[in-house]
Amino acid sequence: MSTETMSATETASRPASFASSRRWLLWSGIAALCAWVLVPIYLVALGALGGRQGVYIWPKTGLPTGISLEPFILFLKTEGVVQSFLNSLGAAGITVALSILLGAPAGYALARYDFRGKDSYRLLVLLTRAFPLAILALPLTVSFIRLGLYDTIIGVGLIHTVLALPFAALVTQGIFLGVPKELEEAAWVFGCTRVQAFFKVVAPLALPGIVATAVFAFVISWNEVFAASVLTVRNRTLTAYLLTVLSESPMHYRFAGGLMLILPSVVFIFAVRRYLFAIWGISSK
Amino acid sequence: MADIVIDRIRKSFGAFQALKEVSLTINDGEFVSLLGPSGCGKTTLLRIIAGLETSTSGDVRIGDRSIIGLAPKDRGLAMVFQNYAVFPHMTVYENVAFGLRMQKADDARVKAQVEKAAGLLHIEPYLDRYPNKLSGGQRQRVAVARALAVEPKVLLMDEPLSNLDALLRLEMRTELKTVLQSAGTTTIYVTHDQTEAMGLSDRIAVMHNGVVEQVGHPVEIYNHPATRFVGGFIGNPPMNFIKVPVSNGQVAAGAEQLAVPDDVGNEIVLGLRGEAVELAPLPQGIEMKVRVAEPMGSHLLLTGSIHDQPVRVILPASETVKSGDTIGLKLDRRRITWLSPESGKSFPAVSA
Repeated sequence: MSTETMSATETASRPASFASSRRWLLWSGIAALCAWVLVPIYLVALGALGGRQGVYIWPKTGLPTGISLEPFILFLKTEGVVQSFLNSLGAAGITVALSILLGAPAGYALARYDFRGKDSYRLLVLLTRAFPLAILALPLTVSFIRLGLYDTIIGVGLIHTVLALPFAALVTQGIFLGVPKELEEAAWVFGCTRVQAFFKVVAPLALPGIVATAVFAFVISWNEVFAASVLTVRNRTLTAYLLTVLSESPMHYRFAGGLMLILPSVVFIFAVRRYLFAIWGISSK
Repeated sequence: MADIVIDRIRKSFGAFQALKEVSLTINDGEFVSLLGPSGCGKTTLLRIIAGLETSTSGDVRIGDRSIIGLAPKDRGLAMVFQNYAVFPHMTVYENVAFGLRMQKADDARVKAQVEKAAGLLHIEPYLDRYPNKLSGGQRQRVAVARALAVEPKVLLMDEPLSNLDALLRLEMRTELKTVLQSAGTTTIYVTHDQTEAMGLSDRIAVMHNGVVEQVGHPVEIYNHPATRFVGGFIGNPPMNFIKVPVSNGQVAAGAEQLAVPDDVGNEIVLGLRGEAVELAPLPQGIEMKVRVAEPMGSHLLLTGSIHDQPVRVILPASETVKSGDTIGLKLDRRRITWLSPESGKSFPAVSA
């Protein structure tokens, strides 16, 4: 009986309709995902660029009418905006550099060596994130004042590194585990020292993952508000600055601030997107 | 000269002894296989020679130079890995050139050597490709070419054919033999596949539980295994072991009396290759009850029992024996191995 029903449905059109419904599913999925990311950004941009009137227009058209860069530029000219933007970039740069420089070797060690207490070490690394930063705020402030790190971008960068480092170590561990040990051993046999083997074979293969880790560290630092607010007074990062300023600002200023928070992350991820896809496929099989 | 002397190498992982005082000498230009089941320590031994693993004690010398404690790169050897380990981020050309580049060879020499190695292994058409565009067999050739390009004194191979399908494996085996014969490199080849070891090797070292059980020419190992393990591991079907009573220094096999070595008790184990028999009428031959007869085309495989002990024998395909028959067998007395029932070791061959 199944053969009859099969033959009834399995006409020449069926494979074609199956393929087209697959394609439809694929494209609608892509559209939904893009909308998920792009619609909020679009609305924020609309608010930021539409000026004072644009924000209060009702009903919303959703169309870019009355758009000009002027309100945004006006916002940029507000005192402290550009400086705090640069501060944020600086802190994020420090975070990315330190968490890769310290986290990647830790990840490599976790991936390649067996040592006593490896599992507890891994747990400890993760536990640092379980400690509430709020409790640390006061002692941290005091010691930062003593060390001369208070109200400096380096200080904020250091704290953000502490936040990003556990992830950097654990994520890079997974990445180095993905590079077969045999490739490294082959490099040793064919004339490499351990260091040479790392830079000639392991690093190129791990690069996409390391770049992804860098993006992650960047975003952690860029989004962080609490530590940045507590540890700075004049040298605020953008998030800390906006938090204090925007509550007293007109609506379109708030949108402009939001757009400014979003854009660098988008641009940064777009710049390194090439590395986020494994280019060569690590598997040696 | 690149003789390799493995001198009382031991390796323990905690309480587990992976290698128990392994000694082995491999002559210059020789092809020696380390053959054994998984977990016998053969790969560990190879990795100790390569410097990828440290030994607990013992010494390895190449020529007159002890290489234990040297970094892998200073040992002057090349290796082919089980998963090939070709670098996925380099073209085939750069893979093959890798060792030479590390030696700081000039471009002309690199080019010449790469082309020579690529020619030997027929991979010239792929030199510009990346390994992920190659099949398993092609990657395997790249791995061998990379090893040969540096013209190593010693070549180590760790089950290089085990990831290939059966047909390709047979083809690569023949090619490997051709290539390595012309190169004249001292080669140590790790495998668990006895046909590979038999076909390729000048000598085979059979390993079991961290011990080298026997070292010798493939045919010698096949015909006169030193231990019960070797006889059972090598050959398909494996050697038959039949425990038989001894009286007056002789064993009765049908109407025939077979002389056994001196100084044995009242029992001995008769080691018999499945094909070292021929059909004989019953009172003269030794009695075998056939449980299953399998015509294989090239031969006839019989499974059954002699003296109530399981045996497998091979007869010419022309014989007509059916399942359930009882037959008589005449044993080829020159191809019998006598083994001690207690130690499982074989006695030196007895002259008939």
